[in-house]
Amino acid sequence: MAKIKFVINHQPVEVDVDPSARLLDVLRNNLHMMGTKEGCGEGSCGACTVLVNGVSYSSCLTPMANVIGKEVLTIDGFNQTKQYRIIADAFSELGASQCGFCTPGMIMSTYALFLSNPRPTEEEVRLALSGNLCRCTGYNAIIKAVLLAAEEGEERGIKW
Amino acid sequence: MKRFFPNSTVKIDNEEKMAGKAIFTDDILCEEALSVSFVRSTISKGKILKIEVPTLPEGYFYVDARDIVKENVVSIIFSDWPVFADKQVNYYGETIGLIIGPSKEVALDLAKKVAITYQEETPVFEMTNSVIHKHFAKGDLAKAKKEADFTYTETFRTGLQEHIYLETQTMLMWLDGDKITVKASMQCPFYVKKAIVRTLGCDPDSVRVIQPAVGGAFGGKEHYPSILAAQLATAIVKVKKPLRFVFDRNDDIAFTTKRHPSETTYTAFVKDNRITGVEASVKLNGGAYIGCSGVVLSRGLIASVDCYTIPNLDVNGNVYLTNIVPTAAFRGFGSPQTIFAFEMFINHVAKALKVDPLKFRLAHLAKKGDITAVNGHFHDEIIMPQLIEKAMQMSDYKRKVKEYDKPNSNRGIGMSWFLHGCGFTGSGESTIINAQVKLVKEEDDTVHLYTSQVDFGQGNRTTLKKIVSDTLKYPENLVFHEAPDTDHTLSTGPTAASRTVIIVGYLCEKAAKHLKEQWVSGKRIEVIEPYVGPSYIRWDEDTMQGDAYPGYAWGVNIVEVSYDPITYQVRVEGIWSTYDVGHAIDERIVAGQSDGGLAQGIGYGMLECMDVKDGRFYQKTISDYAIPTSMDLPFMETALIDNPFAYGASGAKGAGELTFVGVAPAVCLAIEQAIKRKINKIPANPEYIMELVEHGKN
Repeated sequence: MAKIKFVINHQPVEVDVDPSARLLDVLRNNLHMMGTKEGCGEGSCGACTVLVNGVSYSSCLTPMANVIGKEVLTIDGFNQTKQYRIIADAFSELGASQCGFCTPGMIMSTYALFLSNPRPTEEEVRLALSGNLCRCTGYNAIIKAVLLAAEEGEERGIKW
Repeated sequence: MKRFFPNSTVKIDNEEKMAGKAIFTDDILCEEALSVSFVRSTISKGKILKIEVPTLPEGYFYVDARDIVKENVVSIIFSDWPVFADKQVNYYGETIGLIIGPSKEVALDLAKKVAITYQEETPVFEMTNSVIHKHFAKGDLAKAKKEADFTYTETFRTGLQEHIYLETQTMLMWLDGDKITVKASMQCPFYVKKAIVRTLGCDPDSVRVIQPAVGGAFGGKEHYPSILAAQLATAIVKVKKPLRFVFDRNDDIAFTTKRHPSETTYTAFVKDNRITGVEASVKLNGGAYIGCSGVVLSRGLIASVDCYTIPNLDVNGNVYLTNIVPTAAFRGFGSPQTIFAFEMFINHVAKALKVDPLKFRLAHLAKKGDITAVNGHFHDEIIMPQLIEKAMQMSDYKRKVKEYDKPNSNRGIGMSWFLHGCGFTGSGESTIINAQVKLVKEEDDTVHLYTSQVDFGQGNRTTLKKIVSDTLKYPENLVFHEAPDTDHTLSTGPTAASRTVIIVGYLCEKAAKHLKEQWVSGKRIEVIEPYVGPSYIRWDEDTMQGDAYPGYAWGVNIVEVSYDPITYQVRVEGIWSTYDVGHAIDERIVAGQSDGGLAQGIGYGMLECMDVKDGRFYQKTISDYAIPTSMDLPFMETALIDNPFAYGASGAKGAGELTFVGVAPAVCLAIEQAIKRKINKIPANPEYIMELVEHGKN
């Protein structure tokens, strides 16, 4: 066990856990932040995607030692922002969330994409989301929603 | 923001799901819940001679068949699946017992240390042991045979498909006083309740099942949660503490039910370029227990000549028991197997006759009033010609199909036609299910709808609520569709068989009409609406004769592919579809069903299959059982044509399975054209394509 300090959703936090503990488990079991989901436990499905210092990570493959002193953003914090609202409104318009289990991860990956590429092409969106599996939507509405959010973000002059 | 679906409603649970606030079973805090781990068979078949349980630390428990309270059987359609294997195991991974305790790691470790001594028996993996046989005939096949000037026979095979719902099987069970209370990732809360009541032999009022958010199901959570619930209920009687398990993905892939593999052989008898008769044999691999396989077979057989009218038929079907994980419900329920086979077959017959497949198929297409395969009638208008024309127009089919026929085009376009019977087979809705919708207007004039339909992504909580508010002409924000809870909801039946909108939706509409008639502001009014089916439906289950379904939904899929002759890789370049779902209550929701069904069907047709070796699956994870990613699919275009159904809410029929059942043949017909070889097996993956290109027939 070790005392690990990091920033979660803009709040500094200290947890006493094994440094090899999975970030996903600490989020869910220690911090009771349930928005981040586990779909496979091996980094293949993307349901557990969070941002660490602005880059997308599979929290199921991220040991706590790797987030010491870093900023972790999950859907539970991101859902308070105007950037979230634009992505979420676009997802709503297209019907991009069905069962909803992949959606928080999908939205976090979308945000990570916009941080580096605010006006992606369809191909760039497909590539950026290829690590996020969805079994309900066939990605049709999701890809369209991400493109719509990018367009909307630009129109409104949003700084991602 | 740009609007894509101006007439659609935002789904009830949309915002909470996007924001990560929806409560799935594993999101429910219950720190005192004990962890459950499973002791499983490590052989495919044999007798259990001895079970040695390690010394358990304090607070840990072992539970197995010896703890069964009343009956060691899980209530499924055909109840042959034991709660715990007792003296005999029939597949690798069958549950023998549970280890329960405070630490998940310790429980897992202890479960591995339970030593089982077996007397191994020879397992059966081939389809040789038939346990269900069904047969029906139409017309006079002997005459068709005698008069035929051409006959053609071919066999088609389909594989094991895994659901890969994103949320694995999860369950939380606790005692609320003496009441066993369950929250789980499931499709059918009343099935779960029934399974607990049966194995414990307890009073139905002592069990309560509540529905949290569910992360996908597709049939995979129709029966399997009943098994898990029966196991946990047995344990909770002994342990008397809250219990929880979450399957990790590997266990979910290895041990939960799959789609039935099939082998279908057709012989067509042709006279003057018309198929006058078909002889069909459909074989399904049921795995180790029968469960719902008989019903899956029925649906497959009824769809055995798809959307065509063939005057003379002889149809045989068998379910075989083998020593693998049992197969069960999966979107389409038997019909994807036969629709794949017949769509490929009718195209192959046309090719063998050297006639234009499009004209040939059109000549056989079912029309209103025609007699179905099981000697019922197509009572309603069939608008397939419009659906076909529209889909061909959207995809530029006629030009492409001609162009891609050229040698070395390395491109192909395929078109499938299909139907899907909505609701339970035959008179099952009125004889077995007997759905009852409860609609309550409270004194504050808010309206509350109670159904047992589970929303695992289809949007049905929203659709049914919309039917009520539309019928009442009452604001949507004053109508609430409560999540299923067996203490407060009457059973409206399982969430399965594309029955939610056509059956339960129709009841919701009727209940709302009755509420409207009695409406008095400020007064509590309760309406209970029981199901009464169309009076013209006649069905004999034993002979499989009559009107198989209350209504049929219809569709057309067109898929375009490109093919790389060096790597044998196929890429999907375009997907178009048109449907007659009667009338869409919400276009965005139906479009979502279309997109998802198509993607899952593309997976079924060209990517996904579990391979079995010695009763175990080769594929163990979500990485080696590959489902389509965003890179594997193009944009999809869908169009709906209205054809209101008299016994559906606002004319609506079903849409959930329809969008899946015809995809595999569309993609395979496209691949056939690109590689200039005949396909008779799915998935048409690069390995199979290589084999065909090297050795296959044109």
